[in-house]
Amino acid sequence: MRTPVALLLELGVILAALSVLGTLARRFTLSPIALYLLTGLAVGEGGIAPVPAAGEFVETGAAIGVILLLLVLGLEFSLAEFAVSMRRHVPSALVDAVLNAAPGAVAGWLLGMDGIGILALAGATYISSSGIVARLLSDLHRLGNRETPAVLSVLVMEDCAMAAYLPVLAVLASGGVWWQAILGVLAAVGAVLAAFTVSYRWGHHLGRLVAHPDDEQLLLRVLGLALVVAALAEFVHASAAVGAFLVGLTLTGETATRTRAVLSPLRDLFAAVFFLAIGLSVDPADLLPVLPAALALAAVTLVTKVLTGRYAASRDGVGRRGKWRAGTALIARGEFSLVIVGLVGTLHDTLGPLVTSYVFILAIAGPVLTRLAPSRPGPGADARDGGPPAS
Amino acid sequence: MDVTEVLLPGVGLRYEFTSRRGERVGVVARRTGEFELVVYGAEDPDEGRSVLQLDSEEADAVAEILGAPRIAERFADLTKEVPGLVAGQVEVLPGSAYDGRPLGDTRARSRTGASVVAVVRGEEVIASPTPRDVLAGGDVLVVIGTHEGIAGVEQIIRG
Repeated sequence: MRTPVALLLELGVILAALSVLGTLARRFTLSPIALYLLTGLAVGEGGIAPVPAAGEFVETGAAIGVILLLLVLGLEFSLAEFAVSMRRHVPSALVDAVLNAAPGAVAGWLLGMDGIGILALAGATYISSSGIVARLLSDLHRLGNRETPAVLSVLVMEDCAMAAYLPVLAVLASGGVWWQAILGVLAAVGAVLAAFTVSYRWGHHLGRLVAHPDDEQLLLRVLGLALVVAALAEFVHASAAVGAFLVGLTLTGETATRTRAVLSPLRDLFAAVFFLAIGLSVDPADLLPVLPAALALAAVTLVTKVLTGRYAASRDGVGRRGKWRAGTALIARGEFSLVIVGLVGTLHDTLGPLVTSYVFILAIAGPVLTRLAPSRPGPGADARDGGPPAS
Repeated sequence: MDVTEVLLPGVGLRYEFTSRRGERVGVVARRTGEFELVVYGAEDPDEGRSVLQLDSEEADAVAEILGAPRIAERFADLTKEVPGLVAGQVEVLPGSAYDGRPLGDTRARSRTGASVVAVVRGEEVIASPTPRDVLAGGDVLVVIGTHEGIAGVEQIIRG
């Protein structure tokens, strides 16, 4: 076996660079996604330090990254949690969808995109990054706050909307005449419903099929199953990512919990490669012309997400400061906006650069604004906050 | 005391209660097994101040420290829900046949069908004791089983 020195070296340097940037980002409780994108831009074509040898690996890794992102998204999904969120937050979910998808759709229309481009851009501005938001709430110690269930409910409803949206978008993006598209959409929706049914009625049986006390066995089985289903899905012109998502949806309970734990490190690695690949695929020279549009879109959808969060929190009876915290928490867009572009990106010249810079802006602005949101002034002020004396 | 349970979708659960002193306390239980203890100030009742973060092992230790005196009581509650199953307490008298011998030697479960679920030794509670745990005079065994089973264990221990 010949050891590909150039590939190892380039990959090693890239990963080390990502690690340094990631550490910097974490220090300021920022999301590293924006920095990964930036690194991708820097090492891509037209960037400052091209990496020809690692290109092929990054491309393959990115495909696996999308599959793992969606597999874990499917695993996160639990019908019980969804039902609880539904009971209280259907209006919040509607407000979320209308307020945040509309600006994307209008922007797509103004930029002269076709139907699929408009649909994709609407999805990209709609979906908050559950990865960034959940991490942020945990890092800022806000999981105990009263506004947090409202924020998490909105995220769960968004994930559910993605379950219907992504397969449909994937089918539409694969092209064909109108009746093929309709058949494809019906098949996609059918597949999602089938996955839900399987998960609801036979989830434990399926879980027993892949479950194994040994973590290594569990990892190999779930990953093997997901990749095979993903390949089959791609083969029938659905999307590989959607196939993996369906596998994730069908696994529930203890198996899902353990699978999440064993898959997470792998997902983090390959998701980083995916963000890198998105950066790689965009020529920095293409970013400049779309930057004004991305900034305007970011500004508008920043405000609409804040309104969404404030509305959702107010339904739970949260006070003024909590409403601001909920509003700003939802701003960040990230992985799924990029997944959407990954599904249709090659069909559109402007969509890739536009959404990349859009995510770049909001993946940074979201965490910064959330940190600035009204919160207790710091440990020094504890004595004044009226709590009972320590003795 | 009422404990409110709030679902945190995708994260876990939050438990909340107000202590007798009027302090509102929250416990965030993550799906990953970590716990966070928060208290809510008067200034912004929506915002919790994080007091303590525990991994699952530390949380178990704290639960054992805080909850140990209540363990026997809780077993008793449990048996109310299962008809035919009762909890009983059997004392190992100092100098009796099993004073200083491992629990396994009593072969209580195989002989009576009743299980020794905890050993209370003064302030200390050994929850789910193993057959290798050595008994001492003054220990109180918490036994769960049928009435006959518990009577059987009592007979064995008395010798």
